[in-house]
Amino acid sequence: MTLQETTNEALAVEMKDITLRFPGVLANDHVNFTLRKGEIHALLGENGAGKSTLMNVLMGLYKPNSGTIIVNGKHVSFGSPKDAIASGIGMVHQHFMLVPNQTVTENILIGLDEPKFVLNIKKYDQKVRELAEQFGIQIDPTAQIWQLSVGEQQRVEILKILYHGAQILIMDEPTAVLAPQEAAELIETLRGMARQGKSVIFISHKLNEVCAVADRLTILRKGRATAEGISVEGITREALASLMVGREVIFNLQKKDQAPGEVVLELQEVSAVNNKNLPALRKVNLCLKEGEILGIAGVAGNGQSELVEVITGLRECTGHILLEGKEIANKSPQASISAGLAHIPEDRIGVGTAPNLSLTKNVIMKSYDHAPISNAWRVNYTAAGVHAEELKNQYKIQAPSIETQARKLSGGNLQKLILARELSSKPRLIVAMQPTRGLDVGAIEAVLDLLLEERSKGSAILLVSEDLEELLSLSDRVAVMYEGEIVGVMDQKEADINTIGLMMIGSLRGDPACPPAETRTQPTDLNEQGAE
Amino acid sequence: MGLRLDVQKRTEDYPKWLPAATSVGAVLLAFVFSGLILLSVGADPIRIYSFFWTASFGSWGAVSDVIVKATPLLLIGLACAFAFKMKLWNIGAEGQFYMGAFFASMVILLPMVDLEATPKVLVLGLMMLMGMLGGALYGFIPGILRAKYNINEVITTLMLNYIAVFWNNYWIFGKYSDAGFQMTKMFPKIAWLPRLSDFAKQYKGFSGITLHLGVIFGLIAAVIVWLILYKSRWGYKITLIGDNPKAAKYAGLNITRNIVLVFMFSGALAGLAGMAEVSGVVHRLQERISTNYGFSGVIIAWLAKLNPFAVILVSVLFGALIVAGREIQPSGVSFLIQGIILFLVISSDVLLKYTIRVVRTDKNGEIVQAKSAAVEEAE
Ligand SMILES: Nc1ncnc2c1ncn2[C@@H]1O[C@H](COP(=O)(O)OP(=O)(O)OP(=O)(O)O)[C@@H](O)[C@H]1O
Ligand SMILES: [Mg+2]
Repeated sequence: MTLQETTNEALAVEMKDITLRFPGVLANDHVNFTLRKGEIHALLGENGAGKSTLMNVLMGLYKPNSGTIIVNGKHVSFGSPKDAIASGIGMVHQHFMLVPNQTVTENILIGLDEPKFVLNIKKYDQKVRELAEQFGIQIDPTAQIWQLSVGEQQRVEILKILYHGAQILIMDEPTAVLAPQEAAELIETLRGMARQGKSVIFISHKLNEVCAVADRLTILRKGRATAEGISVEGITREALASLMVGREVIFNLQKKDQAPGEVVLELQEVSAVNNKNLPALRKVNLCLKEGEILGIAGVAGNGQSELVEVITGLRECTGHILLEGKEIANKSPQASISAGLAHIPEDRIGVGTAPNLSLTKNVIMKSYDHAPISNAWRVNYTAAGVHAEELKNQYKIQAPSIETQARKLSGGNLQKLILARELSSKPRLIVAMQPTRGLDVGAIEAVLDLLLEERSKGSAILLVSEDLEELLSLSDRVAVMYEGEIVGVMDQKEADINTIGLMMIGSLRGDPACPPAETRTQPTDLNEQGAE
Repeated sequence: MGLRLDVQKRTEDYPKWLPAATSVGAVLLAFVFSGLILLSVGADPIRIYSFFWTASFGSWGAVSDVIVKATPLLLIGLACAFAFKMKLWNIGAEGQFYMGAFFASMVILLPMVDLEATPKVLVLGLMMLMGMLGGALYGFIPGILRAKYNINEVITTLMLNYIAVFWNNYWIFGKYSDAGFQMTKMFPKIAWLPRLSDFAKQYKGFSGITLHLGVIFGLIAAVIVWLILYKSRWGYKITLIGDNPKAAKYAGLNITRNIVLVFMFSGALAGLAGMAEVSGVVHRLQERISTNYGFSGVIIAWLAKLNPFAVILVSVLFGALIVAGREIQPSGVSFLIQGIILFLVISSDVLLKYTIRVVRTDKNGEIVQAKSAAVEEAE
């Protein structure tokens, strides 16, 4: 039943009047979206605006309540992603779906009808290599997935959908997981693909990036389109931000000057190995005071994750870690938590939340074992509900109800849920890893404001981020990590991006960390440690 | 023009009644499928099923038999549901049941107490404790292997089942055999759980009714399991670990300890079932006291969607299947039905994630109805 219509030859995708309702939310509200052939079209919007949902509709994962979809001039109604792929649409999800113990080529071939029985892997390696060359993608087809960095894994995902014959590529927040350098490479690759006639839908929260890569953009707000396919020419970051959140966004943070207080966290000669048993931390010394934000800069994989893990009790180490004078090294996560630690983990879905449990059960994750949430042996779910409702309002978590499963929240709201839980425990030390990754400008503003508020309340904050700009605007001091060592610590006022950049790649060393040894507090239970 | 199955991912939450409905549906469909199989071998399913009914619910005696059979199933179903809640696949309730029976019997066989002088309550109480201890210790083994060394519990529990059976046989034949038979001497009355027939003097109707106190253990256990899973701190921890162990670890829970504890608790329930069986039904330790209860328990837990109260209902159904199955030839029919139920129950989970409709298609193979529905929505 193909309607006789004047379809535009130049359009790859035309989505008209798409509405999709989830229980309690209108995720897409009569949205129109068009994608021209050979263009890069950015899709912007706050967390929970409905971007991923719209793309899932296009991929045939959800059937819209209303609306029509036209792909290359033909009406379509996809029953499943398989149909969408057959029509030349491919999507790179934010969470990669690769098999770690298989090679690049094997991963690319998964799910295809060809090869049927005998796998002549050499032949397909060659095919993959040729395809990669055509689009200027650097990859070794014989490498196993677990050996690859996140950026390289993403290239495999892209190659996979190209190999499946995609003309239309959907990239859902592809740069959120990438280091700046990798992001720049990805953008180059996407440009190249557009030049060769592919059409790309690019979802991102980073406005600079969007302005750099996209030809046109569509903005969603609370399920509705507030801009439909406007050109990026001459548009400002501020204008975009206000179209997205419906108000002005202040890009300058209000950070008060304040004198830091007592030492809260101290690391003495801390060393640790990573999962592959290679040294990841080498004699790290650090100290962090009340009301102070210490930013950790560094290229991903230089020991930042391990640093966070030893402090939060998730990894073994040598040396001493003192939180408020109490030894927490090699104890347990529980020991760190009861010493006053709050942890905003890098991996929200995998570590920070229990996806199938309700908001309520997620916010009580660290307070379920004491009053008022529980008494003696029981969890008081009524009190827990009240607590959850309070946090939901206070932190403006958008969700139909406190009974909603965590996995149904959009990325930004999930992060707010974690912040709400962690900050409501009145922590002495907050360890935050990439706290704004994948968040929209409004949410970033909210998160940073919350962190600054904790700072003024006297919490000590260890902030690990790859976003140098953010790090510099927020931190009081910045420490740079390179190959597991702190290669320099500087005051925010003296820090400049160039020096930090040089330190990050290991070509400059600055002052070693922390105050001189004699001013350090002595570990209280040092003897106990020795006796063990 | 034609018909096609239209499978859609659910955008709405599934209705609250759906899980129960899929379970009931699975049971009904299992009877239909087994009926077809019976028909294909020339039997008359209607007659067999009506015979099933009278054999299991036709008289008070039959009902009592069903409940007696349902008692170990109830306890074992609870044991499985409890472990499954934390995604621990304890397939070893069978072995834990045997160990429970063995430990409980040791109270009498050794004997651990002076059987002449100790009051009945104490003897039975000690047997219960020993039964639970036996099951718990036997659950400890796969628990610690899984918790410390990440050894797959499906394999270890399965293997341990065989060991438990042979362990029991060794003692039954080697040491405590009653004149060379594969059973021990009958236990003295003091070791018997009270039965309704014990009260036949006062109430005539009770004569010959073998229903014993074990069923009360089962019901109390169901309430306790429910309280633990849905109301307690421990239950919260179990749910959290079951959903995302990494998050649980990050929240400061001790995963290792909880795996071991859950395994031991689960084992204790199965061990109590073993005690109830020797003390309430066979009154001695003997070979083959279980007719695959451990495996039926797995199916029961699934069919009950891990809900302790639903486990009660489902174990009565399975008790009835076993009682009726004993009376017909070949006796495999009730296992056939059980197997089909498991298969259907597991596959019915699809319905919770997807909606499935039959739709009409036009000549291009495009769905007709979906479009018109979309148009309605727009108007
Ligand atoms: N399966 C689901 N069931 C119920 N609600 C859902 C489901 N998936 C998404 N939602 C809701 O739909 C809305 C849109 O979500 P969506 O994931 O499309 O947002 P998004 O624009 O991609 O946000 P983000 O930038 O945070 O990724 C949100 O309010 C979300 O909570
Ligand atoms: Mg999204």
